[in-house]
Order: sequence, then C-alpha cells, then structure tokens
Amino acid sequence: MNFDLNKKKLREVNNYLQNIDRKDNKRKFELSNPQGQHAICAGLKDEIDVTIKGHTGYYCAGMNQKANIVVHGNVGTGVAENMMSGKVIVKGNASQSAGATGNGGTLIIEGDASSRCGISMKGINILVKGSVGHMSAFMAQKGNLIVFGDADSDLGDSIYEAKIFVKGKVKSLGADCVEKKMDEKNINELNKIFKELNIPEEAKKFKRYGSARKLYHFKIDNLSSY
Amino acid sequence: MCGIVGIYLKTKKYEKKLGEFLSGMLDGMAARGPDSAGFAIYSKENKNIYKYSICLNQMSFSEFKVKISKILKKIKLTNYSDHVVIETKDKPNKVIEILENQLKSVSLVGYGKSISIFKQTGNPKDVVKKFKLSSFSGTHGIGHTRMATESAITTQGSHPYSTAEDECLVHNGSLSNHNNIRRFLIKDGQKFNSENDTEVAAGYISNQISKGKNLESTLKKSLKDLDGFYTFIAGTKNGFALLRDEIACKPAVVAETKDYVAVASEFQAMAHLPDVNSAKIFEPKPGIVYHW
Repeated sequence: MNFDLNKKKLREVNNYLQNIDRKDNKRKFELSNPQGQHAICAGLKDEIDVTIKGHTGYYCAGMNQKANIVVHGNVGTGVAENMMSGKVIVKGNASQSAGATGNGGTLIIEGDASSRCGISMKGINILVKGSVGHMSAFMAQKGNLIVFGDADSDLGDSIYEAKIFVKGKVKSLGADCVEKKMDEKNINELNKIFKELNIPEEAKKFKRYGSARKLYHFKIDNLSSY
Repeated sequence: MCGIVGIYLKTKKYEKKLGEFLSGMLDGMAARGPDSAGFAIYSKENKNIYKYSICLNQMSFSEFKVKISKILKKIKLTNYSDHVVIETKDKPNKVIEILENQLKSVSLVGYGKSISIFKQTGNPKDVVKKFKLSSFSGTHGIGHTRMATESAITTQGSHPYSTAEDECLVHNGSLSNHNNIRRFLIKDGQKFNSENDTEVAAGYISNQISKGKNLESTLKKSLKDLDGFYTFIAGTKNGFALLRDEIACKPAVVAETKDYVAVASEFQAMAHLPDVNSAKIFEPKPGIVYHW
C-alpha cells in the first residue's frame, strides 16, 4: 500500500500506520515524497514493514515498537528516538541524537551519524556503518553503539553501562570513558549481533570502550539491573 | 528556535530563480520563526553604483521621495512595501550622514554595491510576499525567520544584520556575552542600532574585517570570543560562510549539487529545490568554518 505525502496529510498517514487493523492483511507500506517532514512513522506499534522513499525531518520512527522501517534517504535529528523494539534502517546519513534514549530494537545507519548519536541510550543496539559525531553515547546507560568508521571527540562522555565498539579511530574519549579489554565474551556477543543482522563483519577488528565507573555511584549489588 | 537559510549559486543557470528559491526556503522555515523574517539578496555589482536598503517605518514612500530628492540628485528609487532601495553614485559616508541627520525617522537596513536587504515583523510567509522576494534574481542570498527570545519583536530586532558594506549575518541561537563584547566594540568605533545579540556578532565580524582579517579567520576567532550557542551564516559579496559553535545544539544541513549550495536549519526548507533528492547532503561539523 502506498502513501504519497504530497497528496495525503502526514497526520492521517501516521494515524493509519499507528492503528493497523489486525484483521486486515496489509503489512507492507511505502511512503513517497516525505519532503523532510517531522515525526514521520512516529509511534508505530505493530509488526509492519514501512519503506520511506526520500529524506525525512526530525524524530522519524520515534518511539517505534515492532515495526521495520527503512528510510531511503537522510534523516533529521532524533531518528528512532526512544525506540522500544523493531528495526530502523537509514540508507543515508543521520543528523544529531540518532537513537536517543532508545530502550530496545536495532537502529542501523548506513552513512554517517552526527553529534550525540546514542545519547542516553537505554538498551538499543545502534550500528553506524560510517562515522559518528562528537559526544556520541553521552550518558549512555545500556545497549551497544557499534561504529564501523571513526568517532569524533568526547566519545562516551559520562557513560554508564552501555558498550561502545569502534573499528576506526577515536578522536578523544569523554569524561569517565575508557578503552576496555575486548575479551572473548565481548567478541562473541558482537559477532552474534552481526550474525543476526546478516552483516559480514568481524568483531575482533573492533575496540571496546565503556565506563571507568568513577563518575557515578556504581554498586556491584545492583549489577543485575544495569 | 529561529530558522536560517542560505543559497549560493555555483552556475548561472538559476540566477533568475534565486528569489523564488529563497522565498520557498523562508516559507519552509516559517514554523521555526513566526515573529519576523528578513533576507539579503546579492547580485552583480554595477560599477560605482551603491544600493542603500531603507526601512521607511511610518513615513510614506511619496513623502520620502520628495524629501530625499531634495538632498540627493541622480538617484533611482525602488519601492518594496515599506522598504526603499536607493541606487546612487553617492558614497556611504555621505549618504549615511544624510540619513542620520536629515531623515531620522527612516532606518538604514544595509548598503553596498551588491546587497539588497529587507526585514520586517510578521509571519515569514507574508513577509516574503510583501517584498515580492520571488521576483528577485541574484548570485546568492541568505535569510532568517525569527522566534524572538532576548529582544523585542521589532524591525530592528529582525535579521539579517548588516554592519558594514555588503556584509550581513543571520543567526540561530543566542549569545550570552554580547553586552560585554558590545562595550568593547563601541569603544573601537562600531555603531549599534539595537539591543540584539546577533547585531553584536555582526559588528564583531565587521570590526575584524575592517582590521584586515578575512571572514574565515574572523569566524574561527569568534569561537573563542563569542560565548553562547549559534549557527551563523555570514554573507559577503563573494559568497557566504557557515559556522556552528563547538557544542552544535543548533541545527544545520547542507545540500550541494553541481548548480548550487543550499544551507538551512532543517531539510524541509530545501525540499522544493531542483535535484535536491540527488544532492550531496551533510550536516556541517561543529567548530568548522565552511565557505562558498
């Protein structure tokens, strides 16, 4: 089913996609002419496939649950912000705060992501095939930020228990972020992510970064909840 | 909020459409700044002819025409709503003095051999229609839609700010040390017409350039001297430069094709431009001066 956003109002299209009639068989949708509008496909909550043909504005696929969303273009600020589950793939570049506060699911950016990618992430897996901008994974709590290219300055500033993997160069690490040993457990975990997503990449080529745990009050008793 | 836009034509193909492109860009940024709008259009200079863009404020065009014709001879006047562009061979020192002393109720928005500049309160969608922006041609232009924060919604509080010949600045963000910088600049001979923070940044740039610095090194120096958050587009007769502060909270996106470079706060401001979907689109990095 196709929606042309030049002809149909975004609010109507979002409303339709947010309230899928589960008795209906329609599960594949295509949106054309997004024209950089904001909040395209925000708040989807069913297992549907949506393809967006063009560039989107802020908060595309925000709060996503279960849906698979592919953007054939660039995305503005906060793509897949606060995503709970599902998968969002961006074929182009992403603006700042990609995957911000994401709780779960997978965000794949095939180009570059700008500043503060994965800020305050809470369990999402973010894979950036290009490079990430400065202050990425700022205050990141849980989940994995996996960068195939380089990371700009202050990576992982004030990080909690999220894991950062970078294959390229890191310009500088932020406060309380340190390089950590890439042990077998980490390699296996990362390879598992690549395998599940069918990405031909080797975990051992990546370096791992995480919290030195000097800035926040880490309690070993609460480990299970981190 | 506030929205900023700029378009620089790399080829002659779209020179007649420059105003139409810029008008659409300001339209697209109306939601980011519904209080006022303004734009500067640069076109090829005409030998010794200077253009003075004037806001008439309360004065009617016919009254202004009578008054100015008595003082300045051999002038061409073009009226755009409550603005007038005077074209004359008379040099800035003379014309500015006349405006300041004999026509106090009108205000000079900007001047130069290449620049025409217009700004007014109201929704950007109305402002661009009022000044018939889509009818303008030129080589490059910049514009602004304002959501007022630190100073009132007035023509003087609107962008772009032009503080020297053929220079102007639009700004998304706010500066926190502008009062201090303004004091230093006033001591150094710079004049200001508003309480606005952006005018201080424009004055800072003009002050540096008047001392022989180029635009790029001036903007690099501003990273140390101007405290606050900002995305700037600074226009000169040769092109424009773009700078985001090192934190880069204020957005910017660049689209480049073989014919033009477009800059805007959000992509939706440039969605109407030709071939934009196949353009090279990227987000400018913090603390780096880009210029075209």
